[in-house]
Amino acid sequence: MSDIEAMDHHRVSGITEDAELLPSNQPRPSAEEPSVPEPEQQAGLLKLRLVGALLVLLRLGPLLILGVLVLVMSNLSPVFATTQNLGNVLSQTAVIAILAIGQLMVILTRGIDLSVGSTLALSAVVGATVFGSSQGGAVTVLAMLGTGAAVGAVNGLVLVYGRLPHPFIITLATLSVARGLALGISGGQPIRGMPDVVGTIGGDTATWLAAWLPNSTFLVIGVAVGTTIFLTRIVWGRWIYVVGGNPDGARRLGIPRNWVLISVYVCSGLLAGVAAIVTSGRLNAGSPTFGDLAELDAIAAVVIGGASFLGGRGHVGHALVGAFMIGVIRNGMNLLNIEAYLQLIVIGVVIVIAVESDVLRGRLESRFRVLKAAAA
Amino acid sequence: MSTAPALAVRGATKRFGAVLALDEVDLVARHGEVLALLGDNGAGKSTLIKCISGVHRLDSGVVEVEGDEVSMSSPAVARDTGIETVYQDLALFDNLDATANLFAGREQSVPSWLPRGMRWMRRGEMHRASTERLRRLQISLPDGTRSVGMMSGGQRQAVAVARSAAFASRIVILDEPTAALGLRESRQVLDLILRLRSEGCAVIVISHAMDHVMEIADRAVVMRRGRVVGEEVPRPENRSRLVSLIVGGEG
Repeated sequence: MSDIEAMDHHRVSGITEDAELLPSNQPRPSAEEPSVPEPEQQAGLLKLRLVGALLVLLRLGPLLILGVLVLVMSNLSPVFATTQNLGNVLSQTAVIAILAIGQLMVILTRGIDLSVGSTLALSAVVGATVFGSSQGGAVTVLAMLGTGAAVGAVNGLVLVYGRLPHPFIITLATLSVARGLALGISGGQPIRGMPDVVGTIGGDTATWLAAWLPNSTFLVIGVAVGTTIFLTRIVWGRWIYVVGGNPDGARRLGIPRNWVLISVYVCSGLLAGVAAIVTSGRLNAGSPTFGDLAELDAIAAVVIGGASFLGGRGHVGHALVGAFMIGVIRNGMNLLNIEAYLQLIVIGVVIVIAVESDVLRGRLESRFRVLKAAAA
Repeated sequence: MSTAPALAVRGATKRFGAVLALDEVDLVARHGEVLALLGDNGAGKSTLIKCISGVHRLDSGVVEVEGDEVSMSSPAVARDTGIETVYQDLALFDNLDATANLFAGREQSVPSWLPRGMRWMRRGEMHRASTERLRRLQISLPDGTRSVGMMSGGQRQAVAVARSAAFASRIVILDEPTAALGLRESRQVLDLILRLRSEGCAVIVISHAMDHVMEIADRAVVMRRGRVVGEEVPRPENRSRLVSLIVGGEG
């Protein structure tokens, strides 16, 4: 969490510094164009600061809303703020968070991966089948990760080499195919039994630290830190942002755009395999019904967390905040005995608000630019 | 320090189907010189610079850089030989800051034995280098860590020009660098072009703005219907002659 806050502070300071820099730029135009009346400039400056402040608020929005949600739930339900329930929230959110981090990488390139829920199911079923015939823990884990990465590779390769205009269709197709394969392999029934390592990661708690703390939390932290380092420190991660910012420009500068695109789908599939380990560890089984509609949770988490659906903007913190917003809404409404249909509606409304605020942010940014140019 | 010109194009010919876009074009650009490429729409200016920068391939003719013939088979080849082109759309990454834009596709990274994409970025080093570069070109950006999408048109153009000039490039080609800019911002970009010239770059500028051409260009080459129809030193007394060359003369 401190990482998220640090990043947001970084952005905030960027804006406020700009606003403060302006007055020092101010004398120059007035010296060159003495005819411009002073009050007009004052009003422009005020407007500029107002827009700047609104932008800061919009960028911090998701984190603020998450804070408010936690406070409200703690007040409404005496159970919410207990460590036991916190463990539940962490455990329930782990799968969404891992999928959302994969989805974030895809969305950064202006893409979408609808197949992750089905990939999770296929990966779990393959894992349970492999374990059933081999009894090997390592080989099971490898099979699950490999299955996820393979589905992702299909998505990426068909997208690029099939020259598809958008990943929507191919990932919709693999959503269907992967679920079908999972049902076919398992005969439609859950396959019981998972290796101890999978059960430890997905089902057990960190008793050495706190009995309520699920092990999957550490997995989420590991994935989050690893992905953050990849996206912000490694050249390939930078290229993901470059491709998302301007795909044609990236190609003209000699960046391997096609391989960057393929790689984000492989990462998303791989993380669906990781999420499958958590789910099947918790339930000690591989079932073809796992991950039903999980892709929607993952996409929603990224968007309501504050990453831009238009690509190029967002970090792991956004995916985590969004995942926890969904987790807290679900958990809190369960505790308050609010019916499931209302949860769906609430999450839908939150998605609309999040996307609207992203659009608003884009408009305010260009407004900011215009005001800035006028003031300079 | 050879006497060969920075760039020499000889007998450049390019067809698009039945259209002869370039017809035996010769062009020379020298170090420390701003060359203006003039002509009406469809005269072949853009086709010519796209052939020089590797976007299109010439049907016949040669491109020589520093006296050596180069086969401009791709934009990457052109960049490797020191030709940088700033297109009208700028090809900036609005989501990233100026430093990331300057280094896009050639991030400084370690260790060198790893494939480029797998390396660790030297972010501090890149930030220092870009700050230094921007300072040397006297480009002042309000905040180096801010995304380019938040910058004004002139600042964006400046970032694009700085990127093209950032890496010891010998030839910088600018397509309509002032077309979308206001007075003050145009001024900044023109000054920037003059600084590139004083650093020894060969600068080729496509522009419709005759005032700007008069001010910064050392030579002006006029194209019409795929051919070079004239060359002038842009001076106020030549202005009407240049214009008549562009639009098709007295005939």
